[in-house]
Amino acid sequence: MTELIKTYNITKKFGDMAAVKNISLSVRKGEVLGFLGPNGAGKSTTMKIITGFIKPDYGSVDICGVCMADNPLIAKSKIGYLPEGAPAYCDMTPRTLLHFIAEIRGFYNHTRDKKVAQAAQKTGLYGVLDQNIDTLSKGYKRRVGLAHAILHDPDILILDEPTDGLDPNQKYQVRKLISEMAPHKAIIVSTHILEEVEAVCSRAIIIDKGQIVADGTAESLMGRMPYHKSVALSVAQEDADKIKVALYNLVGVIDVEEISRHNGRVRLRVFPKSQISIVDEIAELVRNQSIAVDELFVERGKLDDVFRQVTSSDFLTNSSS
Amino acid sequence: MRKIHIVFQREFNAYFDTAVAYVYVSIFVALTNTFAFYIGNFFVRGQADLKVFFQYHPWIYIILIPAIAMRLWAEERKSGTIELLMTLPITTSHAVIGKFLAAWAFVGVALIVTFPMWLTVNYLGIPDNGVIFVSYIGSFLMAGAFLAIGSFVSALTKNQMIAFIVASLICFILVMSSYPLVLGFFRNWAPDFVVSALEAVSFLTHFQQITQGLITLPTLFFYTSLIVFFLFANTLVIEHNKAV
Repeated sequence: MTELIKTYNITKKFGDMAAVKNISLSVRKGEVLGFLGPNGAGKSTTMKIITGFIKPDYGSVDICGVCMADNPLIAKSKIGYLPEGAPAYCDMTPRTLLHFIAEIRGFYNHTRDKKVAQAAQKTGLYGVLDQNIDTLSKGYKRRVGLAHAILHDPDILILDEPTDGLDPNQKYQVRKLISEMAPHKAIIVSTHILEEVEAVCSRAIIIDKGQIVADGTAESLMGRMPYHKSVALSVAQEDADKIKVALYNLVGVIDVEEISRHNGRVRLRVFPKSQISIVDEIAELVRNQSIAVDELFVERGKLDDVFRQVTSSDFLTNSSS
Repeated sequence: MRKIHIVFQREFNAYFDTAVAYVYVSIFVALTNTFAFYIGNFFVRGQADLKVFFQYHPWIYIILIPAIAMRLWAEERKSGTIELLMTLPITTSHAVIGKFLAAWAFVGVALIVTFPMWLTVNYLGIPDNGVIFVSYIGSFLMAGAFLAIGSFVSALTKNQMIAFIVASLICFILVMSSYPLVLGFFRNWAPDFVVSALEAVSFLTHFQQITQGLITLPTLFFYTSLIVFFLFANTLVIEHNKAV
């Protein structure tokens, strides 16, 4: 059983509005799946359905082969979940909260203390274990949430915006923690930060209006942008026409585009056939023709652009009408 | 059972983690005694019993029990901790029962702290301690029924203030339901069976029996079925609108 999370056509309506429509997905062991999407797209609702907090109107969820609807207690015991905003009982201390969670998950006495100590150590909570959660900073509160999610070393981790509101150091630590755990678990992470997808996720799904609109590795998503793997270079104006012709004649080049022209410099973008690498050929051409080049680099599709392309259709149609 | 116990433990300890417990118990004791001494004229009566002490419990509970019950679920829903709780491997009824029992036990603690009253009557005279014991049990049972109602109402809203007011109102109607004021109000428009049902569900009628030292089967059944019914309804409500 390598597919630890599987959802079959899950649909959830709130009133007339469908928050989640027909989402089917699966996450294998060792995979970190990134959930992307605008606010209100259905990311959190999908996570709440997978964790068994909400029952879907249609469809079903399998957790390690166990159906959530039929055996919720077994399924839930295999999941560690960090809800959005990392809610916690504010009057408790991280230690008493983690003790509570550990006991609910079936660890008592010595084992309980050991599990709590491990989770606290992994999330760097040691210094504040006996401080009221109320008095902790946002970063520490988030870590308390992470600690109770990983406490029982679950097969499945569902993290709803785990790095939201953290400073760059804390973000780095959380990502490191996720990457360390990744090989042994199936992990779903929702985020607004697209760089995070490249940093920790092996695959990403973009959800918009309750539906999956894109699914693939970060690389393949970026490949959706036409300029992905194109080569940009900047040359003197007098060399521009000469090099354009030469570039056109290169094998593997499909198009050359002039991006800008100012201060006597021309910027060109060269599009390869089917996103193969052409930077070597271009570099050689430039050298052979001894043309002075200011810059030469391979463009990468930006996830931001992919995100906008697949999710902003509504906005565009509204503004044009 | 173990999971109910763990939820119970957390909830029960939570009362004592903050000042809530101490403030509440103090007010509870102060109110019950004030009513007994000043309104019930405990000394003037010259009788060695706690009738005047227990007599005002239903009225005090109208305010004090919803004050405990209001936060049970409204707070969980408002702060989002319900998502934490209900994604743990426990069922909704584990959570509902555990939380309810913790609140009930807490009221029990407040009741126990009124024991100097019991000592006082024993010092002053020779009371029927059996009646007093039964009255304590009855008062505790009644508190449980109020709590179950309060817990149910608390599950309906995220707003603790609304939970408090609505629960108080329901408890008030149930206490008053044998009084002409309430009956008269319903008699004008409601069918007869509603009026006679109201008369039968009066907390006061049942409680007055208990304070005379009489716990009858119907009374026991009355309070326990109220508790069971409202906790069941509470579970359904949580299942239905925990995510809203």
